[in-house]
Amino acid sequence: MAAMEQSLIEQYKDVYVFAQQVDNEISPIAFELLGKAKDLANDLNEKVVAVLVGHNVKELAAQLGAYGADKVIVVDDKELEVYRTEPYTHALASVINEFKPEIMLVGATAIGRDLGPRVSARVQTGLTADCTSLEIGDFPLNPMPGKEQKHNQLLMTRPAFGGNTIATIACPDNRPQMATVRPGVMQKIEPIADAKPEVVEYNPGFTPDNKYVEILDIVKNVSDVVDIQDAKILVSGGRGVGTPENFKMLEELAEVVGGTVSCSRAVVDAGWKPQDLQVGQTGKTVRPQVYFAIGISGAIQHVAGMEESDLIIAINKDEDAPIFDVADYGIVGDLNKIVPLLTEEIKKALAAK
Amino acid sequence: MKIIVCIKQVPDTAGGVKFNPDGTLDRAAMLTIMNPDDKAGLEAALRLKDQYGAEVTVVTMGLPKAGDALREALAMGADNAVLVTDRCLGGADTWATSSTVAAAIRELGDYDLIITGRQAIDGDTAQVGPQISEHLDIPVISYARKIEIEDGAVKVQRQYDDRYHVVKAQMPCLVTCLAEINEPRYMTPGGIFDACEAEIKTMSRADLKTLDDSNMGLAGSPTKIAKASDKVRKGAGEKITLDTEEAVSYLLGKMTEKHVCGL
Repeated sequence: MAAMEQSLIEQYKDVYVFAQQVDNEISPIAFELLGKAKDLANDLNEKVVAVLVGHNVKELAAQLGAYGADKVIVVDDKELEVYRTEPYTHALASVINEFKPEIMLVGATAIGRDLGPRVSARVQTGLTADCTSLEIGDFPLNPMPGKEQKHNQLLMTRPAFGGNTIATIACPDNRPQMATVRPGVMQKIEPIADAKPEVVEYNPGFTPDNKYVEILDIVKNVSDVVDIQDAKILVSGGRGVGTPENFKMLEELAEVVGGTVSCSRAVVDAGWKPQDLQVGQTGKTVRPQVYFAIGISGAIQHVAGMEESDLIIAINKDEDAPIFDVADYGIVGDLNKIVPLLTEEIKKALAAK
Repeated sequence: MKIIVCIKQVPDTAGGVKFNPDGTLDRAAMLTIMNPDDKAGLEAALRLKDQYGAEVTVVTMGLPKAGDALREALAMGADNAVLVTDRCLGGADTWATSSTVAAAIRELGDYDLIITGRQAIDGDTAQVGPQISEHLDIPVISYARKIEIEDGAVKVQRQYDDRYHVVKAQMPCLVTCLAEINEPRYMTPGGIFDACEAEIKTMSRADLKTLDDSNMGLAGSPTKIAKASDKVRKGAGEKITLDTEEAVSYLLGKMTEKHVCGL
């Protein structure tokens, strides 16, 4: 990609967040991104701008203000009622071309991981995927002879290779600097009472063409389970649980401790549990207060999704299982005996309080 | 119907990751495999071929040894294989990779459907598929859990976090595939035999007429690596190897000490 002229780069200002909404309800990732955007904007002495795309969504702008947006750009059109790649790409790319953000953050959700690459290719800039840390700094990190060191660059850090390595990436010569950010990693701020963000409406015009796909049906998962990313305590099972029926033990433990059941990829692949309960690189990143890893060997892809948990308790019969390398407490033994007894003992202890 | 499947050869992480004494990944000691999502994409293409009739062409960009992944694809039932390889294409980020693969696809002529995996297990970006579609100015449907052909259009179940959409797109179109979509078939002995004999078409920089120099390789990549390091992990905690009752009581004590789970 050809580098942008410096004079053009300087026209790009402010930290923008794609405020994802589904069914006209703002997704938690939008608030998380606003929290991070506020830090970045403070460092740059710039503003936080949320881009709200949808139909009849204007009234959601106040919520975005409460979580840190100084300004909300609303793109409202009938074509944007339900997420489709093309009209949303057109909306966000048009906002970028019109308003020239310095930084554009998008959630690494099933929507953002489709929208981000398409938008970045359209506006011709780089995109760093699934970031877990963002900060402002210099590129290159240290001065190098014969190479200009640029300041106030967005340094985007992400795990690669299934979590084995970690890379910090910059986009020094093009704007905006774009990143998708893993849900559950950034912290939202305490809502600001009486926030009054500036609201700007913008509609670039939508003309359906062959890229506007047709939605024939929408099938929601019929489950009333809590989003595992919101759970304070997760009781997570792996292949070692043995059978789908054995998950009953985990459910009982979860009930006693007020937690939620989640699982590893092997369990999803086996068809025992739905994908929305999957923790790990190809599932969700979680950081609960307590994470029980039961019958989970701890493949690197799984660990990448849960190692930030405050307290990790592993139960596994294989004492060489890699899960013990990240567990705070690891019990080597038969989960079929340990889990029911642990459930019983916790129940007793709680009753005695 | 002409289907193009984009695949990537990746190091195998499932069989355990191997490290050098200094803690870096020992890539040389790790086997390479066809990226799992891409293999599912290939299987999806082969099923469309079985059902509706299609010519399936697999394309990969990589080192010459990526030809092994193409031979595997041929042995599974792909009709043609194309290896895009040139030293000057190396070090590409997703923009440069997608620009290069899109340029290769343009050279292949007409197609109805392009299938890619959702993401590769080494980079995990999920960006190259959607970016290829943007370069080719065709619709994209990501995260497919089912692909069918209906009245000359492609009908896909597109997975989201808590739902799926049934989406219909006119062809040509690009679909990115989840590994969960199917169980890829094994190579057949006859297929392996034929694949050894089959010719793999090789494309180098000079063949990619629509690719601009500024959009390829390391220099054509807008994202630059500032730093790469091995992940620092927190150390292992306590491993408890006691009898069941003792172990549970020990753990309960620790949980009570830390005031977790309401204890």
